[in-house]
Amino acid sequence: MKFTYETKKDTRSGFGAGMEYLSHNNPKVVALCADLIGSLKLEAFIKNSPERFFQTGIAEANMIGISAGLAIGGYIPFATTFANFGTGRVYDQIRQSVAYSGKNVKICCSHAGLTLGEDGATHQILEDIGLMKMLPGMVVINPCDYNQTKAATIAIAEYEGPVYLRFGRPVVPVFTPENQKFEIGKAIHLIEGSDVTILATGHLVWEAIQAAEILEEKGIKADVLNIHTIKPLDTAAILASISKTGCVVTAEEHQINGGLGDSVAQFLSQNRPTVQEFVGVNDSFGESGKPADLMEKYGLNAAAIVEKSLKAITRK
Amino acid sequence: MQTQELKNVASQVRRDILRQVHACQSGHPGGSLGCTDLLVELYFNSMKLAQDANGKVVFNMSGANEDIFYLSNGHISPLLYSVLARRGYFPVKELGTFRQLNSRLQGHPTPHEHLEGIRIASGSLGQGLSVAIGTAQAKKLSNDPSTVFCLMGDGEQNEGQVWEAAMYAPHHQVDNLIAFIDENGQQIDGPTEKVMSNRDLEAKYKAFGWNVLRMDGNDMDEVVATLAKAKSLLGKGSPIMILMKTEMGAGVDFMMGSHKWHGVAPNDQQLADALAQLNETLGDY
Ligand SMILES: Cc1ncc(C[n+]2csc(CCOP(=O)(O)OP(=O)(O)O)c2C)c(N)n1
Ligand SMILES: [Mg+2]
Repeated sequence: MKFTYETKKDTRSGFGAGMEYLSHNNPKVVALCADLIGSLKLEAFIKNSPERFFQTGIAEANMIGISAGLAIGGYIPFATTFANFGTGRVYDQIRQSVAYSGKNVKICCSHAGLTLGEDGATHQILEDIGLMKMLPGMVVINPCDYNQTKAATIAIAEYEGPVYLRFGRPVVPVFTPENQKFEIGKAIHLIEGSDVTILATGHLVWEAIQAAEILEEKGIKADVLNIHTIKPLDTAAILASISKTGCVVTAEEHQINGGLGDSVAQFLSQNRPTVQEFVGVNDSFGESGKPADLMEKYGLNAAAIVEKSLKAITRK
Repeated sequence: MQTQELKNVASQVRRDILRQVHACQSGHPGGSLGCTDLLVELYFNSMKLAQDANGKVVFNMSGANEDIFYLSNGHISPLLYSVLARRGYFPVKELGTFRQLNSRLQGHPTPHEHLEGIRIASGSLGQGLSVAIGTAQAKKLSNDPSTVFCLMGDGEQNEGQVWEAAMYAPHHQVDNLIAFIDENGQQIDGPTEKVMSNRDLEAKYKAFGWNVLRMDGNDMDEVVATLAKAKSLLGKGSPIMILMKTEMGAGVDFMMGSHKWHGVAPNDQQLADALAQLNETLGDY
């Protein structure tokens, strides 16, 4: 199957569109934001449901606690800010007041990873997937484009329990169908192949599709899966793919330590030891720059996925 | 409940605290004893609690249409456990499992083990006021006229999140909230004045936009009267803060007057000496 796109959009706008939908369709959904309404694309939600929006000011710890309190009162809080401030900065608040307390809070964060660009490493969190997936009971989702982010936003409101939804700032191809249904924990099989499995999440899914096309020109058939949910991991889909290909490349805009690849390796080492290569940031901080230049420098693009795929195949 | 009856309950709760902490040789008796009069007053007098047709309290996580109490300084868990059990949320004899393996009475309170009466985990200090504000806002949003109460420690005021919450509540006119600070003047490393002075909490909270009251938290008559006053101030646009002077270890003479008993369990002799000072009004578990 050939993937094409007509427009490029930011995944955070998909979140905003999902929130707009929820403002009309789910009266229990409330939104909180720590002085970043525009960045989180919350304008439509706030316009439609001003009484269901809570401005917390630049006080993320308090925002997490307020969310837990609103959840106890029967609401479905969506706590929003940049990924760095919504996870790492408030880890203990999420741990105690949300995860351990079992609260139905959705932590929804934009500007995850390198692709926020020029703001640099202070804002480019590359550890958030790891931090969140370590918390017992926490669902971790990293959708790949506008449409999927919108669908995921709508879907997590229906799910009872804490969720971390991660998305970003750059415009990227919109290639998944409009008005799709999002199934938490169910990987999406994008391309059929038998030589190498590529498991990608978030912005790297489009890169994985590009990589598969480049590999095809070399006569290599990649089996490509969109792993939008890192936790719970769709281990059945991963096993099915690996039993065809016998090797795997994981790709993510995140540290290799603690990311999707880590989860995949942990699962495979216990169930079907498999040659694996990792596309991710290798134990370093990011820096300022244009998103595409950063992805190139840190080896997070189609070219890097091709290279790791060839390597994985030779190691089989 | 009459004030004398409240005092009787408080005496039994103090016994429960000491016996829980003694049994596992761990826990925090000092702050628990100091805040006993407040929690007894709240659960046996001021708070409107959901009850069944027979007048027995029933626990719903949402706390809709009933008053809710949050303990932010979770280390005084033996107090909360005793009050909840004595009020009828779970069997009093379960107090004997405090801090032991497979118990629902964890070292610090948590809903994780489904203990009736607990809605949020606390223990990592500084988080409870935010949670209380969130629930108060949920109540407003659903036109629920009941009140949210929250207790913090004075050492806990060192935490930045407390001040984020302190700024937020008046800004959002969260006026269905009554918070308390246990001003016992003590924290782990010594007197609060030496470790990290709170200076003038009344001036601080007033400047943040709270309606501030003061009381002697170990004088039941004053606690009852101050709670009544505080309730009359609800719904007037501002959250309410009650600064409560207490004595760490209140009710046991040798535990009062220092921070020594913040987190130390009494030995057998000390337990006997302490219990001799407290009437067994409701029967030990
Ligand atoms: C975030 C956090 N830091 C440190 C501690 C360890 N700790 C437990 S109780 C306490 C002192 C608290 O003082 P205060 O709030 O005055 O309570 P009191 O000792 O008077 O009961 C400390 C530092 C903690 N529980 N949470
Ligand atoms: Mg103190």
